[in-house]
Amino acid sequence: MNQPVAPNSFRTGPDEQGMFGIFGGRFVAETLMPLILDLEKHWTEARNDPAFKAELDNLNTHYTGRPSPLYFAERLTEHLGGAKIYFKRDELNHTGSHKINNCLGQILLARRMGKKRIIAETGAGQHGVASATVAARFGLPCIVYMGATDVQRQAPNVFRMKLLGAEVRPVTSGHGTLKDAMNEALRDWVTNVDDTYYIIGTAAGPHPYPELVREFQSVIGRETKEQMLAVEGRLPDMLVAAVGGGSNAIGLFHPFLDDKDVRIVGVEAGGKGLSGEEHCASLTAGSPGVLHGNRTYLLQNEDGQIKDGHSISAGLDYPGIGPEHSWLKDSGRVEYVPIMDQEALEAFQMLTKLEGIIPALEPSHALAEVIKRAPKMDKDQIIVMNLCGRGDKDIFTVGKILGVEL
Amino acid sequence: MTNTRIDRRMAKLKAEGRPALVTYFMGGDPDYDTSLSIMKALPKAGSDVIELGMPFSDPMADGPAIQAAGLRALKAGQTLKKTLAMAADFRKSDDETPIVMMGYYNPIYIYGVERFLADAIQSGIDGLIVVDLPPEMDDELCIPAVRAGINFIRLATPTTDDKRLPKVLENTSGFVYYVSMTGITGSALADTGKVGDAVRRIKGHTHLPVCVGFGVKTAEQARAIGASADGVVVGTAIVNAVANVLGPNGEMTADPAEAVATLVSGLAQGVRQARLAAAE
Repeated sequence: MNQPVAPNSFRTGPDEQGMFGIFGGRFVAETLMPLILDLEKHWTEARNDPAFKAELDNLNTHYTGRPSPLYFAERLTEHLGGAKIYFKRDELNHTGSHKINNCLGQILLARRMGKKRIIAETGAGQHGVASATVAARFGLPCIVYMGATDVQRQAPNVFRMKLLGAEVRPVTSGHGTLKDAMNEALRDWVTNVDDTYYIIGTAAGPHPYPELVREFQSVIGRETKEQMLAVEGRLPDMLVAAVGGGSNAIGLFHPFLDDKDVRIVGVEAGGKGLSGEEHCASLTAGSPGVLHGNRTYLLQNEDGQIKDGHSISAGLDYPGIGPEHSWLKDSGRVEYVPIMDQEALEAFQMLTKLEGIIPALEPSHALAEVIKRAPKMDKDQIIVMNLCGRGDKDIFTVGKILGVEL
Repeated sequence: MTNTRIDRRMAKLKAEGRPALVTYFMGGDPDYDTSLSIMKALPKAGSDVIELGMPFSDPMADGPAIQAAGLRALKAGQTLKKTLAMAADFRKSDDETPIVMMGYYNPIYIYGVERFLADAIQSGIDGLIVVDLPPEMDDELCIPAVRAGINFIRLATPTTDDKRLPKVLENTSGFVYYVSMTGITGSALADTGKVGDAVRRIKGHTHLPVCVGFGVKTAEQARAIGASADGVVVGTAIVNAVANVLGPNGEMTADPAEAVATLVSGLAQGVRQARLAAAE
């Protein structure tokens, strides 16, 4: 296969059509097209408006608790005996993950557009909780679509959303998973075109969503750069983050894409192994296709029908990936690797015992890759991993696998 | 101006002074053979244009009935290749009725656009409706299809305002499919008066026939819509007629083709009375 010529910059996408190379785009029904063009117009105005930025910065500081710390994991580093390991601690954010960064940005956009009703999709419930949170904060009604099986598995998050005043609608169509929840949210949006704003939870969907979600999440990478320069006086040698839809990863990676000496690694859910059907490694084991408004790598069969993914972590359980990641993979700038359920589970336990931090199962995948790589690197090298969520939500899943009745 | 079976059929009906009955069914539901018999029953029952549904796992603009029909078809082993084969089988005994394939882009993209268009021509396909390809994405399939001599039929919706309409109509041929309301297939029908206004608005921008769908279920509705539109599209009601004769485990309790034929005959009467009703 021909390798594409490396661009002068990896940070200029998407183009005016919303494309990152062949990926991205606006593959939506005509009913939604005018809405997406309207969103693009407001987004372009907002991103150039100092007042919008000031309001978001203020909320990030006083509501979310940003900047999140960049923490040197001393005992883990010692234990692995190689590169110095830092965690970008977005798990300390209000609501417990990076999802709030995106939701705050989007609810400000929704308000700017005069929208009166918020909808969102959720898998594990983290994005649903973050959406319900910002909707409560701004006094807007919020409806969260969630696969019926996830509603059962993630009872605590369902209750949280309800406490926050959101309505959780279980989705039974299709197979009742995250992709079906997204289909159902799109069906709601196509029906309620005048008053509704759809907060997409990851850096995917039709343009301009992948771009705007990336911009709201890039606060992670911008802070990391500043903090790293302050502490170490230089940039890290490697960045590692988990990718489901890929919003926390693109948030960390994007500000570093043109820093050629920084190696960048995205970690996918390998589930029970790539040879079978039970995984969610769209980039490693999928192929380009069109779903949910964009062209990107997908898990699909030879007829172009989308498969259901599997991962121990519900947050990685999506058969697609943000289009910018697809482009970064094909252009060779970012390396994507799978981590199996079992490896993530072991990493989860290691971090808990060595650093007193219970990570979510999503960043536990990134951690498992760090555990593989750090020992092979020199002691003066530096890895930064995005610890994008806390593990409180996962203790039931982990307990069940470890045979502990909670 | 193209010259496909769709163009010829719409011109003929215009001369006859009545709107077209456009019928959608899901290819491969509940299985290939039954589905082919449904397809063959459609023109006999009075359908003027056939929309052949291509099943997709994630039909984001469709309501529960068409979603379920697509899943039944996929479960029974339907693929895009088989849907093309179904059209080719149909053409063995009917070389007149226009066939429009309707669905989503991904299965076509995976099949390969050039290969798909070549096979579609070979199978006697006249037009395409691909829900998730708006004009902004015309280079993907619309332009190649038009070059290959296949009509690319675009959806116009209540959100398509006068400013945007020319862009939507630009590469459209065959007919314009006006979606009567914002929402998914199978929802309640919009106010027929409003639909008439919308049809006139679109006709102000194009000479193409305007067919109206989304929500038409009965002969009465078909007659009301047909008073202003050049064609009436019925989909969910037909898909439901199939579902209604399937038992809990998918077994057939009656002949789906017969159930569809009964429904379509009634609808055909409705459209045939449309202009008479309008003239009254």
